[in-house]
Amino acid sequence: MNEQHSAPDAAIVVHDLTRRFGSFVAVNAISFSVARGEVFGFLGANGAGKTTAIRMLTGLLLPTSGEATVAGYDVYRQPDEIRRHIGYMSQRFSLYEDLTVEENIELFGGIYGLSDQRIEERTRELLDGLGLRDVRRRLVGGIPLGWKQKLAFSVALIHNPDIVFLDEPTGGVDPVTRRQFWEMIYTTAAAGTTVFVTTHYMDEAEYCDRVSVMVDGRIAAMGAPAELRRQYGVATFDDVFLRLARPSAA
Amino acid sequence: MSTMAKPTPGASAPHARRRGALTAFMIKEVWHILRDRQTLLVILAIPLAQVVLFGYALRTDINRIRVAVVDPAPDYATIALRSRLTATPRFEITHVLANAAPLETLFRRGGADMAIELEPGFGRHLKAGEPARVAFVTDASDPNSSTTRQAYATAVVNDFAAQMGDAGGGVHITLDQRMRFNPTLASVNLFVPGLIALVLTLISALMTAISLTREKERGTLETLLVSPLRPWQIIVGKVAPYIVLGFLIALLVLAAAAGVFHVPFRGSVALLLGESLLYTLVSLALGVLIAARTTSQRTAMMAALVGTMMPNVLLSGIIFPIASMPGWLRAVSVIVPARWFIVIARGIMLEGVGLANLWLETAVLALMTVVLLAAAVRSFSARLA
Repeated sequence: MNEQHSAPDAAIVVHDLTRRFGSFVAVNAISFSVARGEVFGFLGANGAGKTTAIRMLTGLLLPTSGEATVAGYDVYRQPDEIRRHIGYMSQRFSLYEDLTVEENIELFGGIYGLSDQRIEERTRELLDGLGLRDVRRRLVGGIPLGWKQKLAFSVALIHNPDIVFLDEPTGGVDPVTRRQFWEMIYTTAAAGTTVFVTTHYMDEAEYCDRVSVMVDGRIAAMGAPAELRRQYGVATFDDVFLRLARPSAA
Repeated sequence: MSTMAKPTPGASAPHARRRGALTAFMIKEVWHILRDRQTLLVILAIPLAQVVLFGYALRTDINRIRVAVVDPAPDYATIALRSRLTATPRFEITHVLANAAPLETLFRRGGADMAIELEPGFGRHLKAGEPARVAFVTDASDPNSSTTRQAYATAVVNDFAAQMGDAGGGVHITLDQRMRFNPTLASVNLFVPGLIALVLTLISALMTAISLTREKERGTLETLLVSPLRPWQIIVGKVAPYIVLGFLIALLVLAAAAGVFHVPFRGSVALLLGESLLYTLVSLALGVLIAARTTSQRTAMMAALVGTMMPNVLLSGIIFPIASMPGWLRAVSVIVPARWFIVIARGIMLEGVGLANLWLETAVLALMTVVLLAAAVRSFSARLA
């Protein structure tokens, strides 16, 4: 454990975070903070700078300027610590299809430095929790998408991270599974893990404690979904998003 | 509940057995290889099929043959024959020896391509109309070039005899031909070292490039990069199983060559394996470089085929002797790793030479390894920043 590290009041603190690519400003001085155990929705149209922001927060990309701490660790100086304390599930399904359910769990358990005994415990917990005990020896490629998605989420949590980043986790999943997926998100948040989620589904924005909407590299709006609806005087979050992302269309 | 109160990964049991991130990652790679039966079968079958198919290779023209002349008692006739040899652009007399004893060492060092032995009293026999004996000794570890060299030398001697005949009647020259190192002239002997190079290239450069880009394509690389695995661990974990696989197949090719075609193995197996490892590292580095610059498996495969397999087949001397290439192409061949490895492998297998005679080739490969590995790790890491 790093000595400078003390329990953070907030899971993520971002101040004037900026990333330029040449003359293009992908992320323009954004500031926000996410509380521990919060479900934070990170919204924005394609190209608004969401992915760049997430890459900076997960230690994949260095910011050009500004400050950010994730789980209390600095993105410039402690990217390795950050990686150990966060979980990540990408928009593209992030498990290996030619490995069995069990092998995938063991792989990520090993990568995150769990002991063999701990991997065994976590595998049992996880399989029972998801009801996947019967398919544990099946190749992941052969199980239904909904199960894969839930499995991927559980694997992203295998090392009990402080924060889990979900990048469009419910793409291509049926409504029933999406519902179940969000129940898992709530359970996770209730247990103290912060959930940082991006989505294209505006109804899912309503499930978040708070959301931010990125437009052209800036955060155009931030707050509880109901609050934002009131603020813009619209009935659905879809309309809030349209107002912000395409002012001319609204 | 405080997030910090949660057990830190692994911290709960500091002395518990732990496989480690790198090991876990390598186990996964082994599963990938074993589960992809089709690819595995192709990887195993192609080299073995090639051992069988490459019995025949191509004939080519050769220039600037380095000749050692053994002339124990020089006289007017031997001097005339020697100047006739040097008068053609094909031959270059590099050594004139009084007896045949140093030839063995000369060939082993690669100091001469062929030797022409003239018997003492060559001129006297000629004049007397008696048979005058000439013997050709060629380094036949490369049989195609070797036969061609003998044919050229025969032509020169016959020409010489005809001219002598014109001058003074019944000249009679007896030709004796011997091959060193590969007396049966089996092309498979020549080809096996080349095949080992190809197999190692195929497995290390091609398979590594494909397997890394597959992770890019499927999005799993992203997940790995966000994990505590470091870029070098991803690369090492990726390539280590392929090194083992490449070695197994190289051994399989050697066993098949020795068992079925009785290809000789005169030198040290350990040395050959060590040199193979060096060559594998060069190819792996190329594979990683390709993977860092491509995003799809298809592109990576094409790049690996054009960038590594093609030069390694065409410009390495496996099929076309370097000696018969035009000068600029010979210059290009210097940067082809297989060109150096082939010399090493043929030297060890067919001539039984040791590191003392192969240090230059080994040094070149070592240099390539360092430069390419550094470039590969750099270019892979740069993609992440």
